[in-house]
Amino acid sequence: MLRLLRFLRPYRYMVIMTMVFVLLQSIANLYLPTLMSDIVNEGIVKEDTAYIWRIGGFMLLVSAVGAILSVCASYLASRAASGFGMRLRSSVFRHIERFSLQEFDKLSTASLITRTTNDITQVQQVLNMMLRMMVMAPMMCIGGIIMAVSKDAKLSLVIIGAIPILALAIYVIGSKGIPYFKTMQTKIDRLNLVLREYLTGIRVVRAFNRTEHERARFDQANQDLTATAIKANQIMAAMMPIMMLMMNVTSIAIIWFGGLRISTGHMQVGDLMAFLQYAMQILFSLMMASMMFSMVPRASASALRIHEVLTTDPVILDREQAEAKKTRKSGEVIFDQVTFRYPGAEKPALSSVSFTARPGQVTAIIGGTGSGKSTLVSLIPRFYDVECGSVRIGNMDVRDLPQNTLRSIIGFVPQKALLFTGTIADNVRYGNEGATDEEVEQALQTAQASDFVAAMKDGLQTVLAQGGANLSGGQKQRLSIARALIRKPEIYVFDDSFSALDFKTDAKLRAALKNETEEAIVIIVAQRVNTVMDADQIIVLEEGEIAGKGTHHELMDTCDVYKEIVKSQLTEEEIA
Amino acid sequence: MSEQQRRTPPGPGGGPGAQRPMGFGGPGMMTMPGQKAKNFKGTLRRLLRYLKPYRFRLTIVFLAAALSTVFGILSPKLLGNATTTIFEGFMGKLKGVPGATFDFGAVWQIILTLIGLYLFSSLFAYVQQYLMAGIAQKTVYALRKEANEKLARLPLKYFDGRTHGEVMSRIVNDVDTISGTLQQSLTQMITSVITLVGVIIMMLTISPLMTVILMVTLPLSFVVIKQVAARSMPHFKGQQQAIGEMNGHVEEMYTGHKIVKAFGREEQAIEKFEVINEKLYNSGWKAQFISGIMMPLMMFVGNIGFVLVCVVGGVLVTRGSILIGDVQAFIQYAQQFSQPITQTANIANIIQSTLVAAERVFEILDEPEESTDVAADSASATAAGLAGHVRFENVSFGYKENEPLIQNMNIDVKPGMTVAIVGPTGAGKTTLVNLLMRFYEIGEGRITIDGTDIRELPRSELRSKFGMVLQDTWLFNGTIKENIAYGRAGVNDEEIVQAARAAHADHFVRTLPEGYETTLNEEASNISQGQKQLLTIARAFLADPTILILDEATSSVDTRTELLIQKAMSGLMKGRTSFVIAHRLSTIRDADLILVMNQGTVIEQGNHEELLEKGGFYADLYNSQFSEGSTSQQVS
Repeated sequence: MLRLLRFLRPYRYMVIMTMVFVLLQSIANLYLPTLMSDIVNEGIVKEDTAYIWRIGGFMLLVSAVGAILSVCASYLASRAASGFGMRLRSSVFRHIERFSLQEFDKLSTASLITRTTNDITQVQQVLNMMLRMMVMAPMMCIGGIIMAVSKDAKLSLVIIGAIPILALAIYVIGSKGIPYFKTMQTKIDRLNLVLREYLTGIRVVRAFNRTEHERARFDQANQDLTATAIKANQIMAAMMPIMMLMMNVTSIAIIWFGGLRISTGHMQVGDLMAFLQYAMQILFSLMMASMMFSMVPRASASALRIHEVLTTDPVILDREQAEAKKTRKSGEVIFDQVTFRYPGAEKPALSSVSFTARPGQVTAIIGGTGSGKSTLVSLIPRFYDVECGSVRIGNMDVRDLPQNTLRSIIGFVPQKALLFTGTIADNVRYGNEGATDEEVEQALQTAQASDFVAAMKDGLQTVLAQGGANLSGGQKQRLSIARALIRKPEIYVFDDSFSALDFKTDAKLRAALKNETEEAIVIIVAQRVNTVMDADQIIVLEEGEIAGKGTHHELMDTCDVYKEIVKSQLTEEEIA
Repeated sequence: MSEQQRRTPPGPGGGPGAQRPMGFGGPGMMTMPGQKAKNFKGTLRRLLRYLKPYRFRLTIVFLAAALSTVFGILSPKLLGNATTTIFEGFMGKLKGVPGATFDFGAVWQIILTLIGLYLFSSLFAYVQQYLMAGIAQKTVYALRKEANEKLARLPLKYFDGRTHGEVMSRIVNDVDTISGTLQQSLTQMITSVITLVGVIIMMLTISPLMTVILMVTLPLSFVVIKQVAARSMPHFKGQQQAIGEMNGHVEEMYTGHKIVKAFGREEQAIEKFEVINEKLYNSGWKAQFISGIMMPLMMFVGNIGFVLVCVVGGVLVTRGSILIGDVQAFIQYAQQFSQPITQTANIANIIQSTLVAAERVFEILDEPEESTDVAADSASATAAGLAGHVRFENVSFGYKENEPLIQNMNIDVKPGMTVAIVGPTGAGKTTLVNLLMRFYEIGEGRITIDGTDIRELPRSELRSKFGMVLQDTWLFNGTIKENIAYGRAGVNDEEIVQAARAAHADHFVRTLPEGYETTLNEEASNISQGQKQLLTIARAFLADPTILILDEATSSVDTRTELLIQKAMSGLMKGRTSFVIAHRLSTIRDADLILVMNQGTVIEQGNHEELLEKGGFYADLYNSQFSEGSTSQQVS
């Protein structure tokens, strides 16, 4: 939590002023009972009505000043806290944008989203509360003690005796109740899990007639949660009554001992009344503080998660000399003895992979799941860095190119077609902002998307709902292909991008691509033999190693793994 | 971002008898005025019905709340009496009245009474909170349970039409909101009202004049509350909107991180983020500031009352028309007075948002259910000796009323036949599954199994005849054994292992360190996709169905496992009527019947040869698989 406070720096004067205002306002509020005691001691006792009116007017003034100070404090606090939130959000987002896929794997996308949104909001809210209340509580407490002591030092002992007892009561109940609240959270998670499983598997559940079983499972989680929640709330039920009792007993004690002191002439009645108010203020500020303290752990968990993001450094950075070596020759993509391992993985995902993909040629990569196909192609745009060996484009190691330059020459089509909110045209232009309408049209044509786009009511201007939810899988894939085509890149990477297309569209698309990508290096990852059969070069991967390299016919003769794949997908005549 | 409306912790002084020192409005941060409930009264009444079983205990709670509040209200007056006694003794001494002493006996008496009152007040407050914990949690337990049970009776259409997140948020988050309100706000409401009434009565007995003076500040508080609420509202809305926008952007950019990187669009992503961030800041601080003003302003109004009471009280005391202790008591009452007002303002918002939450839960409960099953006995006669003869007779169906997908479909699948369903993606192959298993109801015509209309079979009866192996395998967080056993209730280990063996899953399971006792984690990511498939096949074996629905895996399975899956599947299909959503040509060609689907409709049916001869869509599809002349020698 504290480490994040550096984002508050530009607002430090605001924060300081907030504290000053809060302090002054607390003093103003503490001054009121003193004035009241004057009314009693001077006005009432001496029956001086004019004096009462005068002090009354003064009290009004003091409270008005207090209110104004408090408004100012509120103004500054909300600006500072919101500003803090804005700066923090901004740097977290900027930082995450620099992350490579490796950091995304490590921290998980969902978690990064919560960290950027909810966690920061949480911290900001607590900061706002803290600025106003947490400053106020100790000031009220200290101010109250000072005033009380100045009124009557001996009577203050009552208050000083009450504070630790109250603190202890809060501590005991809190330490008993809070663990229950923590368990409650895990029980809620469990309930969520059961429910989510039920919802995702609803067809299976019904198909197997296991609704009753699922009901029982939910019920158990539900009962579990309820029992814990009851226990937690029952413990907390003691909190308020005990605190109230403590406060009330304290005020009785003050009246009793105060009365004794008045009888011996050590104190005046007005002072006693003021004293009561001070005592209440002090004990109240303690309760307030306890409330704040219960908020801090929640915020500090959030703060910790944010901090973790900020201290995670992207492993992929532009090399310093990268900018300097801008002179880049185009040329083939070369994998030279590449070995790669996901962080923490025991076995390498790729080991000693070497091949060359030449311009004007189609290089296809085939293999089973987990054979490393997608991993291999994600090394080209440097989503990950190799462990040993090198990936080169022309004469340059990809690590020696600035990431932006490198990626600008690659048209990447991912396995999962990801589109963004916006029109279809926007999504295609994502690949090349300056593309003309004709170019967009052309790209869609090649990607076999122009037909279905034209069929839509708004054509190119059709707005895609979140991530293209209103499109079918095949349609999304075609748009994501168009997005890559419009870049007119030197290197095309299709990471299993045809899987959602039917055979017919797949074939048509590949035919159209051929004309479009004549000069370029095309690298296709595929599962289907049909997709790769025509490639100039097929790389067969198995368990991260190259099991074969060559054309379809060559591989049919030499590579067992390839033959096995082909056999599983085609019948004899088709293979021939 | 329902988190936004996080309720504030129980405010200090929420309990009765709170003697609020000047200057604390409590952390009564204004809750954001949310949506309005559509049917306020109806929803409220319905929600209250859930509390009915606890009416006895609730009565005790209310009684305890009332008593505790009343005791709390009495105490300032008594405390004032003590002050008066002391003051009189003091004045007596001051004025040198002979024999004037401090009547400590009387003070002591008062103090003893007070301690008693406080003890009772706290005790009752505790009883009230304690009981309420049980009531609140048990009520929401029932609500959750009912909602969950309702899910089992909802047609699949309901689930296909919305995200899981939405359903979950209703059953978990919304119910949670209700629980919070029941736990805290319900009793708070009662104590607030009692406090308000009680305090007014006490004040009137002390001094009607001073009460009237204090009341003058009342409209002022209302003006403040209203003004602040009205002014902060647009900013809260703006903030909410900006938060929504920001969440959307962040989610999109992070899930599409790979694309953002691949296309080098980080800068644009940041730019857009900053624009939203700025918007959020602008409306955020204003919303916070304006609602933050509420507290000091209310405090100021309270202080005006305080000063008025001090001054007028002081003057009255000098005139001898009121006792000093009463002034002190009055001050305390005045402080207690402003608190329930702010609280009520807050509670109105809380009730509103609770009812919105309740409405969302009730919406689930009110969804139309699946039609009820026919009585089991009428079906059991036909159920025996099911052979697996499936017929579609003039079946028409559409997901939406006016968009028919299937019209007049007729198919006749004899027992033991294999039906391949082929077509491009999104052609609606799952529609057939939906109809067969009666996940959806057909519009016209009928589907019969061995001559019985499926609508005349209880769903459970019908579904037990089916085995289903889909591509998106569904396994749950449990052991492998439990996952296989899901196929049939009450099986022994031997049967499980046998099923696994038949599905060629036994081998890989045994290679796992804990074998059949291996627990699958939440995403079942500790075994491979192909292994998951094998497990679901084992599950189907165990269920031993008459009719099978299979989904041939296309991708994401390695070749070796794929061979195993193929073997397991053909083993499973032996002797059963099978519907296969097919991708593999060999399967398609060997099928007894091929249903060619496109855009949701069966456009052709027949066997491989017949369809090729027809030269229609299927022939086209089949021929197109081999692009220009690579290996184009075709079967005729």
